[in-house]
Amino acid sequence: MQVYQFTEQPYYPVWNDHSGSLRVNLPSRKIDPKIAGDLFHRYYDELLLSDELGLNIMLNEHHQTATCMSSTVIVGLSVMARQTKKARLLVLGYPIGHRLDPLREAEELATIDVISRGRLDMGFIKGVPYEFPASNQNPVGVMDRFWEAHDFIIKAMSSHDEPFNWEGEFFHYRQVNVWPRPVQQPHPPIWTTTGNRTQARLLGEKGYVMATLGSGYATRPLYDAYRQSYQAKWRKPAPADRFAYLGLVAVAEDEAEARRRGEFIAGYLRSSSIVHLPFRNPPGFLAAEDNARMLRGESAPRSFTKDGRGINMHHGSVQDLIDAGILFCGTPDQVYKQIVEFCEYCGGMGNLLMMGHAGFLSHEDTVANLTLFAKEVMPRLKEWKQPVAEVTAAA
Amino acid sequence: MSVTTDAIVSIVVNGATIETVDRGQGQPILFLHPGIGIDPAAPVLAELARGGRVIAPSHPGFGGSQLPKGMSSVDDLSYFYLDLLDQLDLRDVLVVGVGLGGWIAAEIAVKNSTRLSRLVMANAVGVKVGDRETRDIVDVWSLMPDEYDTLAYFDPKVGKRDYKNLPEAVSLAAARNREAHARVAWSPYMHNPKLKNRLHRIRIPTLFLWGAADRILSDTYGRGYCAMIAGAKFEPIERAGHYPHIEQPAEFARRVFAFAGTAAKAAPRAQRA
Repeated sequence: MQVYQFTEQPYYPVWNDHSGSLRVNLPSRKIDPKIAGDLFHRYYDELLLSDELGLNIMLNEHHQTATCMSSTVIVGLSVMARQTKKARLLVLGYPIGHRLDPLREAEELATIDVISRGRLDMGFIKGVPYEFPASNQNPVGVMDRFWEAHDFIIKAMSSHDEPFNWEGEFFHYRQVNVWPRPVQQPHPPIWTTTGNRTQARLLGEKGYVMATLGSGYATRPLYDAYRQSYQAKWRKPAPADRFAYLGLVAVAEDEAEARRRGEFIAGYLRSSSIVHLPFRNPPGFLAAEDNARMLRGESAPRSFTKDGRGINMHHGSVQDLIDAGILFCGTPDQVYKQIVEFCEYCGGMGNLLMMGHAGFLSHEDTVANLTLFAKEVMPRLKEWKQPVAEVTAAA
Repeated sequence: MSVTTDAIVSIVVNGATIETVDRGQGQPILFLHPGIGIDPAAPVLAELARGGRVIAPSHPGFGGSQLPKGMSSVDDLSYFYLDLLDQLDLRDVLVVGVGLGGWIAAEIAVKNSTRLSRLVMANAVGVKVGDRETRDIVDVWSLMPDEYDTLAYFDPKVGKRDYKNLPEAVSLAAARNREAHARVAWSPYMHNPKLKNRLHRIRIPTLFLWGAADRILSDTYGRGYCAMIAGAKFEPIERAGHYPHIEQPAEFARRVFAFAGTAAKAAPRAQRA
């Protein structure tokens, strides 16, 4: 199993100082650039420590939000590409449906791959609902734009003999010829996220690494949908390394201390739902059928515990989050068992995207959390043998 | 053309099947609905049908109408309606557009108004009136539903829908309307920057009917838009907001007919009650 350390690089000092929205419309006078600088340096230090501890690194971006100061992920990637030694550098993700210029994206990512000497994993994402009012990208039809940007970036990274022409529905170029070209050929590995089985089947056909967040004990049907189409296309079972799961991790030598850290880290989920209501569901973000169900008041819980109890991940207790496989929390033994149990439920899961810092967790606690995990949990996870799931009929 | 109820028909235009209300006799009245769609049972359609043949389609992608591939702008919609006018061979058409429908009507008229006789623009969007840092039109996709109703209606209760107790087709149509509206109006927001410089091509008599309690659009916006079309008249409708055809359907039709010089049939007693 591979483990990627992840933090949203939050500006937590204002988390209790807002008028119902931490995203999009929280005035930027609330952020002190001096403190922001201190926090960036602290978070980068913790990521450099992760590299030394043998963890990989995941970076992301959000916009206009106190939940995540990283609004231009290429900056964090640039620092990490230069300063880390061994870690894989996963960007999850790059919101390619929002961006104006996929040629620039191909150039940025190829350069990161070159400077890091081939350590980049490229996660392309649709982006959460609140990104649309910020970027002004039309949420209607964004996935058409996403896939054209994706096709373009792949071709731009893997074409080396002569410039090519591109006159698509969304993007137009006359002399595409990316310098430098990426180290990893034909291109760095592609990752993406999903929350539905239709998309999971599509990703299985493409063989990309598929990540889910907060899906807990509702993850298996997504993985099985992927496995079914992967098997059909590639004539072999999908390996565990095709699956990634973002889990919150709080570990300590004693359980009470772990739960204290777990409360802070759960702040990620609790803060992420604090956003002006209309920004949570822009038109076209969800399918019309899903919006119609919401109008009729038929929306179902997204997160379930192992015994099938629906929970709200934004408001659930630490125990709820542990029961739902959203937070792995306890002593090293307990955390190891929780993760293995979850991976067995999944039928194999090869990439733990570990949120080992969030919210108000202090630097000292973060260092202790990452260090203990790396020394006491990760070696056992690396030794643990992944199951190879048969595709189930349920998919 | 296959009749599915008394008044709702499906027609195929350029391979796309759309739903339309088609009722009444006489001069064709093309009613172009706003972004919230059209209820086939809306009283305004019955009122207008007293003075002509009302054709009130759900725009492509709205309500129960199909979305043809590649249709993503009001420009596309206006060409679709020019095709529809040709296909049905409609002449001397009175075009009545509300909100988004007014924008579509203007885009039709600047392209080709040979089949049109008159134009009614009711609380229409489509142009930019203020400077680049002034939002002419309230961002409807940043509002809470209650806030929206308060700004859009003279009587906010009129905007309420209890989807739990309505057929599923109603909530699905509402969801499709919201999506289809954003598809064509998200950005540039509710307008075409090119349209202003094309409005001089509208040479048919034009009336701006304006629900006076509209707080999605201002009176200034309406009068400014009106001033861009040579000879266009501006008339407020009281006790109505952004959707005067919903809040004052009889008065709305009366103003349309007065403008068009139409002698409308009296309403049947039952309908008036």
